Formats: sequence, C-alpha cells, structure tokens
Amino acid sequence: MTTAVAFDDRSHDFKASTLVAVWIGFAALAVASFALPESTVPAWMREVPPQWRLGLDTAISNFMKWLVNDATFGLFTFREATRSISDFLNVLLTAATAIFSTGILRGSGSTAVQLAPPLPWVAVVGIMAALGYRFGGIRLALLAGGAFLYLAVFGQWASAMTTLASIAIAVPLGVIGGILFGILGYRVPLARRIMEPVLDLMQTVPIFAYLIPILFLFGFGPVSALIATVIYAMPPMVRVTMTALESVPNEIVEYGTMSGTTRRQMLFKVMLPAARPQLLVGVNQVIMLSLNMVIIASMIGAGGLGYEVLTSLRRLDIGRGLEAGLAIVVLAIALDRLSQAYASRRLTVQGDGQRFAIALLAFTVIIYVLGLIFPAVAIYPASLKLSTAPWWGEAVKWINIHFFDTLDAIKSALLLNVLIPIKRFMVAQTWVLVTAALAFAGWRLGGARLSVLVAALALFIAFNGLWEKAMVSVYLVGISVIVASAIGIPLGILGGLSDRFWRVLEAVIDTLQTLPSFVYLIPVVMLFRVGDFTAMIAIVLYALAPAVRYTAHGIRNVQPTLIEAGTAAGCTPFQLLTKIRLPLATPIILLGINQTVMLALSMLVITALVGTRDLGQEVYIALTKADVGRGLVAGLCVAAIAIIADRLIQTAAKRLAAGQGGRTREP
Amino acid sequence: MTDTALTCRGVWKLYGPDPKGFLANRESWASDTDIKDAGYVTAVVDATLSVSRGEIFVIMGLSGSGKSTLVRCLSRLIEPSAGEVMFAGRDLLKATPKELIELRRHKMGMVFQHFALLPHLTVLDNVAFPLEIQGVPRKERETRAREMTALVGLKGREHNLPQELSGGQQQRVGIARSLATDPDIWFLDEPFSALDPLIRREMQNEFMRLQSVLHKTIVFITHDFDEAIRLADRIAIMRDGRIIQIGTPEELVLSPADDYVAEFTREAPRTKILSARAIVRAKRDGEMITGEISADSKVAEFAKEVEAATGAFAVRDADGELIGVVDRAALMSVLIETAEAS
Ligand SMILES: Nc1ncnc2c1ncn2[C@@H]1O[C@H](COP(=O)(O)OP(=O)(O)O)[C@@H](O)[C@H]1O
Ligand SMILES: [Mg+2]
Repeated sequence: MTTAVAFDDRSHDFKASTLVAVWIGFAALAVASFALPESTVPAWMREVPPQWRLGLDTAISNFMKWLVNDATFGLFTFREATRSISDFLNVLLTAATAIFSTGILRGSGSTAVQLAPPLPWVAVVGIMAALGYRFGGIRLALLAGGAFLYLAVFGQWASAMTTLASIAIAVPLGVIGGILFGILGYRVPLARRIMEPVLDLMQTVPIFAYLIPILFLFGFGPVSALIATVIYAMPPMVRVTMTALESVPNEIVEYGTMSGTTRRQMLFKVMLPAARPQLLVGVNQVIMLSLNMVIIASMIGAGGLGYEVLTSLRRLDIGRGLEAGLAIVVLAIALDRLSQAYASRRLTVQGDGQRFAIALLAFTVIIYVLGLIFPAVAIYPASLKLSTAPWWGEAVKWINIHFFDTLDAIKSALLLNVLIPIKRFMVAQTWVLVTAALAFAGWRLGGARLSVLVAALALFIAFNGLWEKAMVSVYLVGISVIVASAIGIPLGILGGLSDRFWRVLEAVIDTLQTLPSFVYLIPVVMLFRVGDFTAMIAIVLYALAPAVRYTAHGIRNVQPTLIEAGTAAGCTPFQLLTKIRLPLATPIILLGINQTVMLALSMLVITALVGTRDLGQEVYIALTKADVGRGLVAGLCVAAIAIIADRLIQTAAKRLAAGQGGRTREP
Repeated sequence: MTDTALTCRGVWKLYGPDPKGFLANRESWASDTDIKDAGYVTAVVDATLSVSRGEIFVIMGLSGSGKSTLVRCLSRLIEPSAGEVMFAGRDLLKATPKELIELRRHKMGMVFQHFALLPHLTVLDNVAFPLEIQGVPRKERETRAREMTALVGLKGREHNLPQELSGGQQQRVGIARSLATDPDIWFLDEPFSALDPLIRREMQNEFMRLQSVLHKTIVFITHDFDEAIRLADRIAIMRDGRIIQIGTPEELVLSPADDYVAEFTREAPRTKILSARAIVRAKRDGEMITGEISADSKVAEFAKEVEAATGAFAVRDADGELIGVVDRAALMSVLIETAEAS
C-alpha cells in the first residue's frame, strides 16, 4: 500500500483536491516570503517585537537571582544548601582524584606536598585486565588492559585518570540517585506522573541549557561539572529502575510477601536483587552518558581529557585534540565493554567474588609498594611515551597542501549553491505562516489536539523572540537529516538485504554510537575549518546511526509470507524491494528518521562551537555569560522543535502502519 | 480428623469498579450474568470450605476457574471482596499488616508454580531466606537450611544457583524453603504443573513421602484430576469461580454433584479410588467366606486375592462389624464400569 492510500482514509471528509490546494497555497506563500523584497512582509511577522514578548528569560534570571540571594528554607538559606552540597561533592571528588590522579596532598595549588602517590599505572592496567578476564575471558582482558596501556603509552594518562576519577564518582551517584527516584516513581503513582514528563523534557532540552543554572548556582569548577554529569546521566537509570521493578515476576513478589517481609526487606532483599540484570543495563547507560558529558562538562570546569579536547579545539590544535579525543573513545569502549560483560554475565557464587576481590587488592598493594621503590612502575616513563600529535599535524598539513583547494572548492560550491539558498529561504519564513502550516499538518495527521500542541510550541518560540535563530536551526538540522537519510537509508537497505554486510555495518554503527558527540567535530574541523558546512557534516555523522538501523530492521522484518507471495507472483528481487519491502518498511524508516532528527537536534548546540548562528549559539553565548534565563529559554526552544518534529513524525508513522494493518515495532 | 485448621466462609473475589460496594448491596443482583453485566470479572464466587488438621485438601479446576485466586484469598495475598477466613483462631481478614507479617513468617508456607526462587541466592541461601528475614542468626539458619535441603534430596547442591538446577530440582528448593519455618499450613499452587510428566510423577511420590513424615495441613492446587486423586484426602472442584463439590475421591466418583464433575471422574482409576465399602453386597445365607477385608481398603489392594479365590470375602469396618461381602462378580462390575467409562 502506498502513502496516498494510507492517508486517504481520514481525508474522506475533506476532498483530496482541496487538500492539495491548501498545501499549494502554503507553498506559494512560502516562496513569496522568500522572493518578494523584504519590505513587503511586515517586520512583526518575521520576529515578534520586544513589547509583545513573554519576557520568560528575564523572569527566569530574576528567579535565579532571588534563589541565590534571598531564598531561605527557614533553618538555612538556599545558598547555604548549595554550598553544603558543593562541599560534600568536593570531598568525594578530592578523594577519587587523590586515588587516581594526584595522590594525597597537603596544602593546595603549586605549594602542595604529595604525602602519598596515586595508584601506579601498572596497577590500574592490571586491575582493568583482571576485571576483563573475570567478566569476559581473555579477549576482554586484552581489550581492557590494552585500552589502558594505550592511555599510558600515548601520554594521556594524567588527563585520563582525572577523567576516570570524576566518572568514578559520577556513576555511583547517578546510579544511586536513579534507583532512588526510580523506587519513588514505582511506589508513588503521583511521583511517577510528575517525573515522566520531566524525564521526557530532560531528554529533549540540550545539555548546555541546564549547564547554565548549575554554573549559576555552583560556580565554575569540577563540582559543577560533576553535578551536570550526574543530572545528564541519571534519567535513563530512573526509567530503567521503574520498569525493572515492574517486571519482577509477580510470583517472586508474592513469595516475598508470603515469607513475611517488611516493606524494606521486600525492596532490598527481594525486588532489587531480582531486578539486578536489568538494573545493570541501566548502569552501563549511566557510564556511557557520563563519558558523553566529559567534554561538555569541561566547559564548566572539569579537567582531564575533556578539557584537553576543548582547549585544543579552541586553538585549532588538531593533533592534540584528536589524541585526547581518541583517548576518550578508548576509555569509553573499555568501560562500555567491561560494564556490558559484567551486566550480561551469569551470576556466580559470592565467596568466589570475595576471593577475587582479595587477590586484586593484594595485587594492587604489591604494585603500589613496588611503585614506591621503582618509579617506572608508578609513573609511565616519559622516554617511552609515544605521541601521534605531530603525525596528525603533518597529516593535516599534507591534506591542506594537496587537497585544500579541492576541499575548499567542494565546500564553497555546496555552500553557495545549496546551503546558503536554503538558509535564506528558511530565514525568510514568517512565524505566522509556519505556525499556520504546522497547525494544519497537525490537524490533518492527528486531529485538534496535535494541531493545538504544535501551534502552541511554534508560538512559544516566536513569542520568546527567537524565531530567526530557530529557523536557522531548522535549516541546519533539516539539511543534515536529509543528507543523513540519503546516506543512511540506502546503507540500511543494503544491510537489510545482506547478512554479511549487516554484520560489518552494525559493528561500525555500534562503535560510532559509543563515541561522545564532540569527537565527531574534530576530524571535520580538521578538514573543513569552521562554519555551517562543518557543522552539517558533524551532525550527519552523529545522527546517521538510527537511519541505518531502523531501515535495516524494517527491511529485514517484513513478514516472510508476503515475500513468498511476491516471489510466487513472479516479482524480480528489485520489484520485491520496491513493491513489497520498502513500502511495508516505511513506517519504521520514518521512526528511524525521527530518531535521527532527535540526535541532530542534540548535536546542534555542540556545533555552535564551530560558529553557527542558531539557537545552539544562543545557548552557548548564554553559557559563557552565565545568563540563566537566556540559555534556558533557547534550550526550551530547541526542545520545542524536537517535540514538534517528534509528534508529527510519530503520528505519521502510526497512521501509515495502521493503513497497512500492522503495528510498528522499534528495533 | 475433626480438628479444623483453616475455614473460609462466603469468600468472594470480583474484579471491577467497586466490588465491596457491589457485594454489600446484594438485593440488586441475583445471577452470575447480573454480575458480569455490572462490569465485574468473577474470580471467586461465594467459596466456603474448611481444611482439617493434617489433611491434604486439593482444589481442582481448569485453568481460569479461580484456584489461584482462592488460595491467595486464603493467605490474603489477594484481598477478598467479601467473606471471612478463619485461621489460627482469628479472622485473617481483620489482621493488621504487622500481625499478617508475623503469621506468614511462622505459620504459613507457600510453593509456587514457577518456583519463584530468588535468582541471586544459592540453594542454601534461598532455603535460609525466610529465616534470614526473621533475623535468625546465620549459623542457626544455615543448619536448618542444610537439614531441609537434605530432606528434599538436594544434598551436595547447597552452593548451586537456581539457574544451574533442573526444573524438578528448583521446585525441591521451593519446597524446602517453604518448610524451613515449619509452618502450620502449607499452600501449594500447582507446584508440579510446570514439570515434565515423568518428573511430575516422581515429585508427587516425593511429596507423599514428605507428608508421611511431616503431617502438614495442606492446601494443594492442581488442574490435573489424576494428580488430585493421587494426593487428596479431599477435593474441592471449582468451575467459573464457584466450588461445585467437595468430597473424598470416592465420594466424587460415586456421587458426582453434576455432569461437570462426572466428566472428570469418568476416566479416573476406579480400582484405586473405590474401597471395599463401596462395592459390598449383603451376605447370602450359608455363603462360604474365604477371607476378610477391611472396609476402607481400596479395590486395587485386594483385587488379586479375591480374583484368585472362588468364594466371597467378608468386609468388616474399623469396629469389626460385618457390613457385607465382596466376590469376583463385584470386582467384575468395577472393571466393567471402568471399561465403559473409557
Ligand atoms: N487482576 C485481575 N484482574 C482481572 N481479572 C483477573 C485478575 N486476576 C485473575 N483474574 C481472573 O480471575 C479468573 C481466575 O483466575 P485464576 O485464579 O488465576 O485461575 P486459575 O488459577 O484457576 O487458573 C480468571 O478468569 C482471570 O482472568
Ligand atoms: Mg493458577
């Protein structure tokens, strides 16, 4: 069945010709606003004038000022509360940093005296390899040990250990916090009803937007970075905990009751242990998200690898940036595989684990003592360090010498002929017209409720005075999504048709997805410098995976009977693809595009670093100025775009699938 | 066996908008269809039964007939919509949460269809779990758990995890665990239904062996009539939430309350169910008596002996009173009934 058929069932009350006429009308108006001289369109339609705006940014900023300066909980003020949280986290962070990176210090700054050194590098590499061996055998041991060895050999040790120290605090906090909120949501339906939309929003508001209030409340420094990381990494753990507790088999809960457990015993001795496998999947997610935050967190004061990447990127020192970026990737892969192996391994008897822990502790102590005697055991000798930075620098130079003209020509041609015209077109669109078109589309697809929702979100953007910037964002995201789909869907089709190809492809996109979003920027900046074109390529790379994955899944999971029917009817393989597989897979492909849009939007703010002029940049500027209201409002506008796209595409996919008489199952 | 351990009277469980209010207002409805029309699912309807001390009381019914719901009402895992459940001298439905915890810790044990073992604990820790949550010291509870593990034949498996055991072994753990606290009443909800037929038979024998040692008061749920016959002192047959008949296997076979019950009993192994008392005829004057049989012994137990002899056997009850005789012809009629039924 085709798209037209699927949409027709709802349109019988509305003649198809009228529908076409309306859309042609919208298109004509859109072209007119672009083509006619600027003076023909009233200025208030382009950007809502200041006196009509909501003033949300000022309100938020004033509220934050009030919080920090005047708010009090009776016994203590708000400022005292944030300060004690900050002190507490600082203690944790200092302890972890002492273990991994600085050693135990007396005094501070450059006058500090080291009382005891940190963990020797040999010990850390050994511990990781041992954990790898225990969770996943010799291959994982080599992978984990090798990864940390890489960090030592390539001179990333000190930064990596600073990063690891903050991860070592952020992950437990995120996990414990997530479990606690999850339990609350599981037990108290009201709490759950409040938390669900908040979690949804947290996943669509760009991370930068909530860096700002944290920066405002806790100041610049590792503690703020830690808080941001925890807040960013916790939401999936909350969700995982709620579903994990819900899916504990009913009989096990009944057994708990029948053995006379108290509420607390039921939770801690029956339900949480029974939900352990699922909870561990959540832990893996927290680890990966924490690593994803490494670079971003360095914007508000985290040191380590993220800081290295950020400063290198700012100085356009590609070699060093790439080395540090690779180190993050290596760390991410090692921790991901370790935690995945731990989560999926069979349970073993406890006494066994104790013996292992004791052996590991003994090993660490021995190495530590050895390290006091032989410095090479404690600190990787500088003379044996390798660096690829000069090599990368040379490579970039070489590419620039030989290909600069070609690359620049490609870039300029695309910019002049494609990107800039589209950008002009988008920026010329008025909020009046776009809101009307969105409302109409929402109404046709999902009825009055959807129509009101998308129109209200569009008006929210307009009446915060961010219309033009939002249009630039839509242009950048839109074109990136189109390019990503143009690459991802064909790849997905190939992957869906050939098992061998899919195995390779899946390995590649799995790896791509473990990379922190920032890392994508580095090679692109290296080749194309800064600007919209660079941003677009980085977004495409980051957002490609779901388009591929969903397409392959959709092509693969067409009912075998339908394929047989097609074959029996004498379809050629090509006809099978175009007449059966693709049309049936369309709803799922749409969902994949939806995910691509979401990822593209989350990458948007990061690309502000390479000089785009959109909502992302608005957030970024607000961050550098610690302007809470401005940043949050711009962040909410990004979320608004995300929600509009999400609801429209999802509704379309659902209706298409309903037209086919099936349901869309996500991969 | 006159001493009752557990009684329930007029227990209802409805699922729907306001079961308690609906049941309180009984004038407004009469039949099961009225209940359904009012938007309620009937899980248990007006159940009344009493279980004697030391008895194996089996609740039998097809799937969806309300067995699990009823047994959960008896232990108050499910809150009944109406009725009373008398256990340990009090109405269980009026017990406070604290009292309930105490009752469950010391007086009730339960075995589940899918074992419900805690996946993260070893066999020993699973069996010791009910003691652990009562705060029994580690040494003591482990000694007890070892005893129970050995009792169910799992010696040597103490340090395995549940996932390393077969289904039958897992249910043995479930049984050991539910007995660790030495409960007064033992609920088993289809304990053997998830097992293969051969293992199921073995577990039934094991269960009877345990009961001959322990003499527990047992409420045993099954959907398998053969299992019910093999194990039960008395059987309650359920259908659509109602208990339609309660009786010994013999009573059910001899006088089924309706066609539904008769349908179940048709293929039942009569020689193992019927006792001498059920097939006696009056002694004819001057008839030769070849031997003696007690009135309660089952046909299968004396069939060979009677078949080999030419004369009749005197059947005497517990007081030695002659209640009639049994001969080859009587055996034949049992066999013919069995053959006709199947
Ligand atoms: N939570 C519930 N909500 C609605 N109906 C239920 C619920 N639990 C059980 N029932 C219904 O009650 C009836 C009896 O179920 P159950 O006691 O599990 O039967 P059995 O154990 O005999 O198979 C079934 O029709 C079932 O659908
Ligand atoms: Mg049941």
